[in-house]
Amino acid sequence: MATMNKIRLKIDGKDVEVLEGTTLAAAIYQAGGTTFHHSVSGQPRGPLCGMGICFDCRVTLNGTPHVRSCMNLCREGMEVTTR
Amino acid sequence: MRIAVIGAGPGGLAAAATAAENGADVLLVDENPRAGGQIWRHGPMAPPPKLAMEWIRRIQAQRIETHFGVTVLGRDSNGLVAYSEQEGHVCLQCDKIILATGARELFLPFPGWTLPNVFGAGGAQALLKAGMPVEGKRIVVAGSGPLLLAVAATFAKKGAHVVGILEQAGIHSLLQFAPELIRHPAKLIQGVGFGTRLFPTRPRFGTWVCRAMGNDIVREVIATDGKREWPLPCDILACGFGLVPNVELAQALGCDVEKGKVSVDEHQATSQSGVYCVGESTGIGGEDVALLEGEIAALAALDIPNVTSKIHERWRWESFVSNLGRAFALRKEVLQLAEDTTTVCRCEDVSFGVLKNQPDQRSAKLYTRCGMGPCQGRVCGPACHELFGWELNKPRWPLSPVTLDALLDSQ
Ligand SMILES: Cc1cc2nc3c(=O)[nH]c(=O)nc-3n(C[C@H](O)[C@H](O)[C@H](O)COP(=O)(O)OP(=O)(O)OC[C@H]3O[C@@H](n4cnc5c(N)ncnc54)[C@H](O)[C@@H]3O)c2cc1C
Ligand code: FES
Repeated sequence: MATMNKIRLKIDGKDVEVLEGTTLAAAIYQAGGTTFHHSVSGQPRGPLCGMGICFDCRVTLNGTPHVRSCMNLCREGMEVTTR
Repeated sequence: MRIAVIGAGPGGLAAAATAAENGADVLLVDENPRAGGQIWRHGPMAPPPKLAMEWIRRIQAQRIETHFGVTVLGRDSNGLVAYSEQEGHVCLQCDKIILATGARELFLPFPGWTLPNVFGAGGAQALLKAGMPVEGKRIVVAGSGPLLLAVAATFAKKGAHVVGILEQAGIHSLLQFAPELIRHPAKLIQGVGFGTRLFPTRPRFGTWVCRAMGNDIVREVIATDGKREWPLPCDILACGFGLVPNVELAQALGCDVEKGKVSVDEHQATSQSGVYCVGESTGIGGEDVALLEGEIAALAALDIPNVTSKIHERWRWESFVSNLGRAFALRKEVLQLAEDTTTVCRCEDVSFGVLKNQPDQRSAKLYTRCGMGPCQGRVCGPACHELFGWELNKPRWPLSPVTLDALLDSQ
């Protein structure tokens, strides 16, 4: 089971602290975000499936685009950008 | 004997533990960062249930090679080809394969369903368990299936206000299911438990959401029973219309699929020799069935003869499984919610108005790019199947979007 250690990361330039075992998607919600990216025609989008299928939770992680935030756990020092 | 188990939900955990306890060399792979699958998903704010812990301990007591965060894409002459967002391409060697890839939710388009904070029902639950804060938030749970009650109960427990539970199936259709609950009293007790936790909010049957509204986040939904409409202000809409078996990997391995489910015999063997399939990829039946099937497949893969009693136990669930689908059958109204401007394919923003004139999935793909985005039709494919009767697409290699480097690496 996840221990209760704290992890620090940056979401859109803001310092955020979460419990170990938190997914990137959950951390973005904890930081107050709801729009994770914009669709090809510019509509605001956020997670739909929560389980890796829809890709609507995608964010840029440490410079890599299109990473599914619901499928990756927060690690110390990560930098996440939504848009 | 080296057995690869793909999927670490109830079906996969039971298969992996049983195979290892009977002497097999087991490899357990899941694309999630943790074991548990859908029902036993857990996180920092949501510990796994007792039954899940029992199976996870059985796994831990064995020497099982685990690969989490790894998606299996298919097979080549060297073994299973897999990909991880963090490590790139991985090749996994094995003698036999047990697929336990579970199911995903069925999403049906309606105006406003692409707004942020509109989730699947299980999707909302998964995000909550992963740490999404919900205290004080107003939530409407809608769509269809026994999952709705479980989701509403979880949100209530975490301090959300459940302002509506809307089940599209009518009470008459659901009452047909009552005898099954008497035959499987544990399920009845579970349902009553959810009900008491949700009191005084009660599910409304024969009702559904026809529209979600808001600018850049959902603010209100319109509920209807087909005769009248009423507004429900909310911060979250959790809406799923039941489950769709994940058959793509089985198809990529050449296994027969019929009516959207992987075909298996009583030993859970697929049409491909040495490949077994268990749990919801073979049909929607819940955790008890998935666990039993996992045990059966492991014993069968190892040619252990005393599998018969498990097979008999599995048969006892047959009518539960088939009546479940019938009780929650979709009404035609929920298939008619999309308007011409409603997005159907979320990846490529293709609207209902554009799609309704296409003769089939193939030409929709060619002329509108529907199903060509990163989800590869996993969301819009089953929706178009329900809406237009189009055949489900056979998956293309690779099954999930991977980087070009990883692909070249696997050649
Ligand atoms: C989003 C969601 C939430 C749900 N929540 C509940 C609930 O709260 N209560 C309830 O009773 N039922 C719930 N269900 C129903 C649930 O599907 C079953 O009860 C049960 O989890 C089925 O077990 P399983 O072993 O067949 O599959 P799952 O539990 O679905 O496990 C399948 C596993 O396979 C993995 N997988 C799939 N494809 C690949 C691949 N190519 N490579 C690697 N790994 C792969 C997945 O990541 C997943 O962990 C939920 C279903 C969904 C879709
Ligand atoms: S929410 Fe659907 S892939 Fe992450």
